[in-house]
Amino acid sequence: MAELSLRETRAKSSVWLEWTLVGLGILTLLVAPFFVYPIFLMKMLCFALFACAFNLLLGYTGLLSFGHATFFGGAAYFTAYAVKVWGWPPEAGILLGALGAALLGLVMGFFAIRRQGIYFAMITLALSQMFFFFCVQAPFTGGEDGIQGVPRGKLLGMLDLNVSINIYYFVLAVFLIGVFAIWRIINSPFGMILRSIRENESRAISLGYSVANYKLAAFVMSATLAGLAGALKAIVFQFATLTDVTWQMSGEVILMTLLGGIGTMVGPIIGASLVVGLENTLATSSFPVTIATGLTFMVCVLVFRRGIVGEVYARFLGPKGDAKD
Amino acid sequence: MEPPEPSEPRVVLSARGLRRDFAGFVAVRNVDLDLYHGNIHALIGPNGAGKTTVFNLLTKFLPPTSGRIELLGHDITRTSPAKVARMGLVRSFQISAVFPHLSVLDNVRVALQRPGGLSVQFWRSLSALDRLTPRAEELLRSVGLDDAKNRPAADLSYGRKRVLEIATTLALDPKMLLLDEPMAGMGHEDVRTVSDIIRSVAKERAVLMVEHNLTVVADLCDWITVMQRGEILAAGDYATVSRDERVRIAYMGTADE
Repeated sequence: MAELSLRETRAKSSVWLEWTLVGLGILTLLVAPFFVYPIFLMKMLCFALFACAFNLLLGYTGLLSFGHATFFGGAAYFTAYAVKVWGWPPEAGILLGALGAALLGLVMGFFAIRRQGIYFAMITLALSQMFFFFCVQAPFTGGEDGIQGVPRGKLLGMLDLNVSINIYYFVLAVFLIGVFAIWRIINSPFGMILRSIRENESRAISLGYSVANYKLAAFVMSATLAGLAGALKAIVFQFATLTDVTWQMSGEVILMTLLGGIGTMVGPIIGASLVVGLENTLATSSFPVTIATGLTFMVCVLVFRRGIVGEVYARFLGPKGDAKD
Repeated sequence: MEPPEPSEPRVVLSARGLRRDFAGFVAVRNVDLDLYHGNIHALIGPNGAGKTTVFNLLTKFLPPTSGRIELLGHDITRTSPAKVARMGLVRSFQISAVFPHLSVLDNVRVALQRPGGLSVQFWRSLSALDRLTPRAEELLRSVGLDDAKNRPAADLSYGRKRVLEIATTLALDPKMLLLDEPMAGMGHEDVRTVSDIIRSVAKERAVLMVEHNLTVVADLCDWITVMQRGEILAAGDYATVSRDERVRIAYMGTADE
C-alpha cells in the first residue's frame, strides 16, 4: 500500500513537471523569433509537426510507414498549386493540402493495413515511390523545377504573411493546434483502442474490434496531420519541390522520431529540432550532412535506444505508460 | 450424441463436418460439435490432435476448408472474427492475452468500451471512460483482482493474468466462451480459483475449453470430446470417455506425467 501511494505521488509530481515544461516550451517558442532566425524556426516547427504526426502511427499504433513523404510533399504540391495558380487564400490552400493528404492516406492505408510489420513498410514505400514518379511526370507539379514563387498572401484577407513575425505566429499557432490534436487523439477513447491494438492485436480482435478499421483511421489521421505540416512548409518557403516526396524524406521523419523517442509526445519535436538544427549548421560547412545525421542515428540506436526523451522518462520520471520498452 | 441435460438445453454453437487443410496436410477433419447453454465442454487430446485448430476455426481466426458453423442459429462460417466476437462468441488464447502496458482496470475497460460508440470517439478526453469504471471494478471484484486495479497488467503473476483475461472476456457478456488451456502453467491455488470462476460463469453461458489437466476436466466439465490426429475419437461424460479403450491407448496412457 505504501508503495502504491508513493507511486501515485510520483505520478502526480511528474504530471506537474510535465505541464510546467510544456508551458516553458510554449513560452520559449513565443519569444524565440526575437533571438533566432524565424525561417529556421518555422522549418523546425513544420518538421516537428510532421514527426509528431508520424509518431501517432508508429508510437501509438505500432505501424511503421515508409511512405510518409507522400503526405508531406503531396500536400505541399496541392497547397502551392491552389495558392499560386487558382489564387486561393493561404488558409484555404493549407486546408486543401491537408485534405488532399487525407485522401492519399486513405488510398495508401487501404492497401497497406492488410499486411503487418516489414510488409506494411514495404507497401507504403512502394506506393510512395509510385507517387514520387507521378510527381516527376505530372504537369501540374512542374517536374524537376517544382512550383516556385508561391505567394504567401494575407491570412483571412487581413494579416499580411509576408511580414516575418506574422507568419511565424501563424505557423506556431497551426503547429500548436496540430500537436494538440495529436495529444487529444492519443488520450481519447479511440486512442485507448489504438494502444490496445499495438499491445496485443489478436486480443483486440477477440474483443470484437475490427482492427483494420481502427488502423486505417489512425493512418488517415496521421496522413492528414503530416499533410498539414507539408502545406505549412509550402507557404513558409513559397515553393513545393520533389525533395519533399522522395523516400529520403520518409526516412528522415523516421530518424527524427526515433532520435527523439517514439511513443512520447515531446520526443519527435526534440528529434526534428535536432536534425533540422544539425542540417542548418552543417549546410555552410564542407562536412556532408548525411554522414552527420547517419552518425547521430547510430549513436542513438547504440546508446539510448528509447530516444532522447524516452531515455529521460526512463531515468528520471519512472516508467511512462505509453513508452514502449 | 445425446444432450447431457434432460431439460432440452439450448444449442449455442454447433459445427458440422469441419475440415481444415494446411498445404496438403489435413489438420482437422469431420468434426461435429454441439455446445449447450449452461454447459462446460472440454476438448482434450494429445499434442498435435488439432484442438487449437478447432478453436481457431470456431472463432473464425482460421477459415474452414469445408464445413458449417452456426452461432445461435446464424450461419457464421464466413463471418470475420471481430464480428463473431460482437455476436457473443469470445475466446481466450493459449498464451495469456492481456494488454501488458495498460493498467488492470484499463484492460477491462477496453472491453467495455465497444458498445455505445465510445471506441471511435477521438475528440473526447479519456475521462469519457469514467462511466465504465464502476462496471469494470465490479468485474474485477468478482474475480478477486480489485486490489491490483491500478497496476500495469504486466506486473501480475501468470495465474492472475489468466484471471484478468477471463474478467476482460466476461466484460463482453459473451454467450459462448472458448478458453484455450486456461489452467496451463498454474499453481494449485490458482487452478482452484479459476475453476470456481469458470463454474460460476458457465451457469449463464456455454463454455468450451481445451485443457490438459485431467483432474480439472473430470471435476469441472459436463461433456468431453477427445480428439486424435485431427478427428473426434470419442465423446461423452468423463466416466464414459475414461472407460473407452481407444481413448486409454491414445491419450490416458500417456497422460500420467
